[in-house]
Amino acid sequence: MERFTQLYAALDETTSTNRKVKAMVNYFDEAPPEDACWSVYFLSGRRPKRLLSSRAMRRWAAAAAELEQIGSDQTAPMPEWMFEACYGEVGDLAETISLVVPTEERGAPRPLHYWVEERLLPMRAMEEDEQQAEMTRIWKQFTQAERFVWTKLTTSALRVGVGKKLLIRALSEFSGIDKSVLSHRLMGPWKPSAEFYEQLLSEDETDAAASQPYPFCLARPLEDDVETLGSPDDWLIEWKADGIRAQLIRRQGEVFIWSRGEEQIGHQYPEVREAVQAYVPDGTVVDGELLAFKNDEVLPFGQMQRRIGRKNVSKQMQREVPVVFVTYDLLEMGGHDVREEPLHERCAMLDRLAEDHFTNEKLRLSPLLDGSWEELQELREESRERKMEGFMLKRRDAPYVGGRKTGIWWKWKVDPYTLDAVMLYAQPGSGRRASLFTDYTFGLWQGDELKPFAKGYFGLTDDEFEEITRWVRRNTVDRFGPVRQVEPELVFEIAFEGVRRNNRKDIGMSVRFPRMARWRRDLSPSDADSVDDLARLLPDLPE
Amino acid sequence: MPNPLLQTDDRGIYCAAGDFHIDPWKPVPRAVVTHAHSDHARPGSQAYLASRTSEPFLRKRLGKSISLQTADFGETVTLNGVRVSLHPAGHIRGSAQVRVEHNGEVWVVTGDYKVRPDPTCTPFELVPCDVLITECTFGLPVYRWPEPEDVAKEINDWWRQNASEGRTSIMFAYALGKAQRVLALLDDSIGPIYTHGAVQQMTQSYREAGVKLPATTYATGKDTSHDYTGGMVIAPTSAGRSNWIRRFSSPSTGFASGWMMLRGTRRRRAGDRGFVLSDHVDWPALMDVIDGTGAERVLLTHGDTAIVTRWLREQGIDARDLETPFARQEEDVAEEA
Ligand SMILES: [Zn+2]
Ligand SMILES: [Zn+2]
Repeated sequence: MERFTQLYAALDETTSTNRKVKAMVNYFDEAPPEDACWSVYFLSGRRPKRLLSSRAMRRWAAAAAELEQIGSDQTAPMPEWMFEACYGEVGDLAETISLVVPTEERGAPRPLHYWVEERLLPMRAMEEDEQQAEMTRIWKQFTQAERFVWTKLTTSALRVGVGKKLLIRALSEFSGIDKSVLSHRLMGPWKPSAEFYEQLLSEDETDAAASQPYPFCLARPLEDDVETLGSPDDWLIEWKADGIRAQLIRRQGEVFIWSRGEEQIGHQYPEVREAVQAYVPDGTVVDGELLAFKNDEVLPFGQMQRRIGRKNVSKQMQREVPVVFVTYDLLEMGGHDVREEPLHERCAMLDRLAEDHFTNEKLRLSPLLDGSWEELQELREESRERKMEGFMLKRRDAPYVGGRKTGIWWKWKVDPYTLDAVMLYAQPGSGRRASLFTDYTFGLWQGDELKPFAKGYFGLTDDEFEEITRWVRRNTVDRFGPVRQVEPELVFEIAFEGVRRNNRKDIGMSVRFPRMARWRRDLSPSDADSVDDLARLLPDLPE
Repeated sequence: MPNPLLQTDDRGIYCAAGDFHIDPWKPVPRAVVTHAHSDHARPGSQAYLASRTSEPFLRKRLGKSISLQTADFGETVTLNGVRVSLHPAGHIRGSAQVRVEHNGEVWVVTGDYKVRPDPTCTPFELVPCDVLITECTFGLPVYRWPEPEDVAKEINDWWRQNASEGRTSIMFAYALGKAQRVLALLDDSIGPIYTHGAVQQMTQSYREAGVKLPATTYATGKDTSHDYTGGMVIAPTSAGRSNWIRRFSSPSTGFASGWMMLRGTRRRRAGDRGFVLSDHVDWPALMDVIDGTGAERVLLTHGDTAIVTRWLREQGIDARDLETPFARQEEDVAEEA
């Protein structure tokens, strides 16, 4: 428990992702596999099911606390009102328990897996009074720091500013194994064990080879006049859908669906996975978009969001928000990488493939559009009605290139600009909204730091404001008058009309009419955009 | 029922029989002052009575020309027939409890105090009394201080680690009292120790009073070119927001205070590291003192008085809040005065 407690303290002590990664690497360096597997388990946000209720824990902790009695050497249990007063002061249940329950006799030091496997998990099968006795015994052998971490483990997920991504980065730095391989191995159900941990870090990567995605080709926003692109004949033009970008892989009899954020999301879209399994031939990789689609109509993104991040998708949810895959590019066919072929060739191959195999309604092709720029511009005005974001313009003769290469893929959106940013500060609104935190400041990445770039007040529902208000109260790290600095965790898509240079701002730029387009619960802070992404939107200055 | 010996009026804790105030928050004819922190020693009173050891600090805070009568610890001064004596409180150098005796009744006002050993001031003395007016800044059972030796080791380990990484350690601490207590804990074989101006002045007075402290260099406002790498800098928290702090390359910052007991305040206030080092009593010591004085009645100030009051009443002690403006606000939480 000692080593894991030290890791927790090191992670808790710093907000720098580099230092967190370093702390995890040091830990994995020393921890035996039987322990490390549990650390991976907890740090990736998992927790054993059916643990203990926090209400019961409060009662047990008050009873286990020993309060000095005036006028005698005796101690007595803490009255519940006193425990609640302490909880009010401390603000965190596990920490309150760690502070009021005393350390009595330090038992022999035992590793993390002992505490989890032999003490925590068996407790689930006990009667309540047995549980209480066992928990009290354990609490009293730990130091305060250990008691805190232990209680966190038993009541809630570990939340220490480490997401799955950061964990994977640390494991990759420690083992030298590619991040996508680790990500694959951490997918789906697994049981923490020494064997699992050894497989996780096994250098033989063939198990993961079949699942390997290609790096996504990313579009840049088109800021110049569309005429500057030359003739429309040089471009393939399609609607830009507002869905989840994904790569679909069918290899060695299996199906993998990857999101842009290097996460496998196949289990979240079983209907699409089944269709691919049944209809798409082995050795195929396609690029496209997952879209909520019902009665031949695209559903608003808000509906799609109901499907994001769910571990289990009920039949009912699949009926309410059916998801399809709209394909627009072909990366691998018959087991051959075709990314070097020009786009129009790839599309011709994709057409043939679709004709033969995409005979299921879950698999669709993104239609191509044509016309003069003028006609296209007119059609583009219909984007909002069609629940599209605008057009994608892709160079006909370009290969498929991973990353954000300029000049091959443009997004020509109706909404001028959006960036994903992280909430840094929150402030109460005025009038009717005075009891809610509705005014937020958002930040973009610059190196390792988030720099404030815009404030937003509008664009969320009252329910969302309420949910965020509760979150802000729990996640305040500092206060400046009415302004709360919060943990940088929530990501929002910020829409704005333009950007200009402004030397009075820390980042040297300011944006026009920023507002919250939506809360991106599907993104983590590391997915947010950077100050450089904003700078690219600056209009070119005249020579 | 006769008037109580001590009661609050609009200016402070007042003794009508002796016609004096204790730690008044507004100017009065005669003020008995427990210690030189600014929430206890206020300017403008016509005459002051305080402990002999607190004199240099009081004159620094209130001005050289104040009318100040001093008394040794334990020495009785009679004010209008009321016997007043000062007893060590162990909070900072010169800090005193005030014992007031009249018509056979004894009251004690603790001022700020702690019972843990501190080489920079006279140890706390338990004074039996009938009525105790005690501070309870940390009056909740979550506050239980670690041993000062353990905290000293933590601080020195942190400093050593920073020095080995070529970083400068900056410790924020209250300029009077906490700063000198931290100095006394430092292992000066690790590197040079520097002080901010506000700390330097007070430290000088400690040395003149004969308190042994490691050698320090004043990090003056003018010389910005000096290389401080590997050193330890002691500064008041206010310096953290000033330009002065920019001269230190790759600093690691720490903060020493009882508030550092809680992870939330540590994360909000501490910079890189928080160290639990308080000049106030923690919960167990507060209970011991209340018990040890044998007081029949206890009046509480400075803290979450309602909680302590309720607990003491459940223990059969006649306890109540003493209303004072020593409010406990989040803004004040950073420093312990
Ligand atoms: Zn004080
Ligand atoms: Zn005070």
